[in-house]
Amino acid sequence: MITVKNLYKSFGKLEILKGIDLDIFKGEVVVVIGPSGSGKSTLLRCMNLLETPTSGEITFEEQVITDKRHDINETREKMGMVFQQFNLFPHKTVLQNITLAPIKVKKQSPSEAEVIGLDLLQTVGLAHKQDAYPSQLSGGQKQRIAIARALAMQPHVMLFDEPTSALDPEMVGEVLEVMKKLAEGGMTMVIVTHEMGFAREVGDRIVFMDGGQIIEQGTPAELFGNPQNSRTRDFLSKVL
Amino acid sequence: MNIFTMIYEYRSYFLTGIQYTLLLAVIGVIFGFMLGIVISLMRMSRFWLLRFLGTIWVECIRGTPMLVQLFIIHYGLVSFGIKFTPVESGAVTLIINSSAYLAEIFRAGIQGVDRGQAEAARSLGMGSGMTMRHIILPQALKSVLPAIGNEFITVIKESSIVSIIGVADLMYGAQKVSGITYDFLTPLLIIALIYLIITFSLSKLLGLYERRLNASDNR
Repeated sequence: MITVKNLYKSFGKLEILKGIDLDIFKGEVVVVIGPSGSGKSTLLRCMNLLETPTSGEITFEEQVITDKRHDINETREKMGMVFQQFNLFPHKTVLQNITLAPIKVKKQSPSEAEVIGLDLLQTVGLAHKQDAYPSQLSGGQKQRIAIARALAMQPHVMLFDEPTSALDPEMVGEVLEVMKKLAEGGMTMVIVTHEMGFAREVGDRIVFMDGGQIIEQGTPAELFGNPQNSRTRDFLSKVL
Repeated sequence: MNIFTMIYEYRSYFLTGIQYTLLLAVIGVIFGFMLGIVISLMRMSRFWLLRFLGTIWVECIRGTPMLVQLFIIHYGLVSFGIKFTPVESGAVTLIINSSAYLAEIFRAGIQGVDRGQAEAARSLGMGSGMTMRHIILPQALKSVLPAIGNEFITVIKESSIVSIIGVADLMYGAQKVSGITYDFLTPLLIIALIYLIITFSLSKLLGLYERRLNASDNR
């Protein structure tokens, strides 16, 4: 579904990604782990071109999205993204946050978008918050709204950029619960996270990155149970 | 002659003055606001030519006296065959002047909006124009509303210089009344009070609007 080929990304002189090759298949939950600064988030942000790759090629559903002539907005409609800092729109209510893009981008009628939006709010367990503003919500609630907002565009894949890293510990569970439900529903997901327990439980494939490269990947059992590379072993010994 | 008989006796001068002052201020504020948004977007454009033109505009207008600008527009442009009536010249001067100051205020507001907001909007498939209109500008305008109010009040007060080219605004009216009555203080006190009432009402109005916009901040 997503194919990353020989991807390089530098910020000025600093090289963050050094030749990444990665395939994401339909229905798969891929969890990317690795130490801070290893380029996990940058890789994820390159997949919907929030960061422009320095070189390399990214293909999404048979279209080369790194091609300059490609209309990236069209692709982004099909790729939901959830951010570490939630990035809800503070001047809009919860329901408006969810329905804005479907109405403006997908040209859904407001009533149609609201039906879908309320349904999604039900799914994330926040139907009673539809008229609240983001500043009135807890971190965990904000992130669940952010997930609902991304899902409202009916994406084919969901990208999660450390979705629980900015949350108080007691709120991590409620967000992971929503993500787990999503995974069980067959959504294709790419997740950058530090939650190793979640990665092991929900991931179909674990990708370990360090120093801008993919060091090792495999099923959770392989990667957590029997890591081949010394850097992987070293990292896991520190976080598990 | 006491102040009240003067107001009553020469009310036509003051009423005309209020009309022209408000007319010029409203035109200056509304069109200056729209032009200011365009200039601020130019200053943040991807294209260097637009950025360059926007910067030149802001620097030249901020860096020269409004009186000089007014005279250039009213008397100077005649040599290019462009003739404005005094009201037109006054309006144009106020518009370009407030546009430059407002452009800088808008730019500060737009750049003060968290980058994550644009990223979230773009990741939902919204284009850059749509993102600016629905996500960035509403938040930017809200955060700079006090500064915008300040600029509106400045425009109202600064509009008094158009009396020099013969627009019958409040200042002009006061001078006329002084000429007739040989009283050089009372007419000025009267129009000072009128300016104060106008600007004070405006700042109260903006405060009200500000509180309404802050509805989303309630915790």
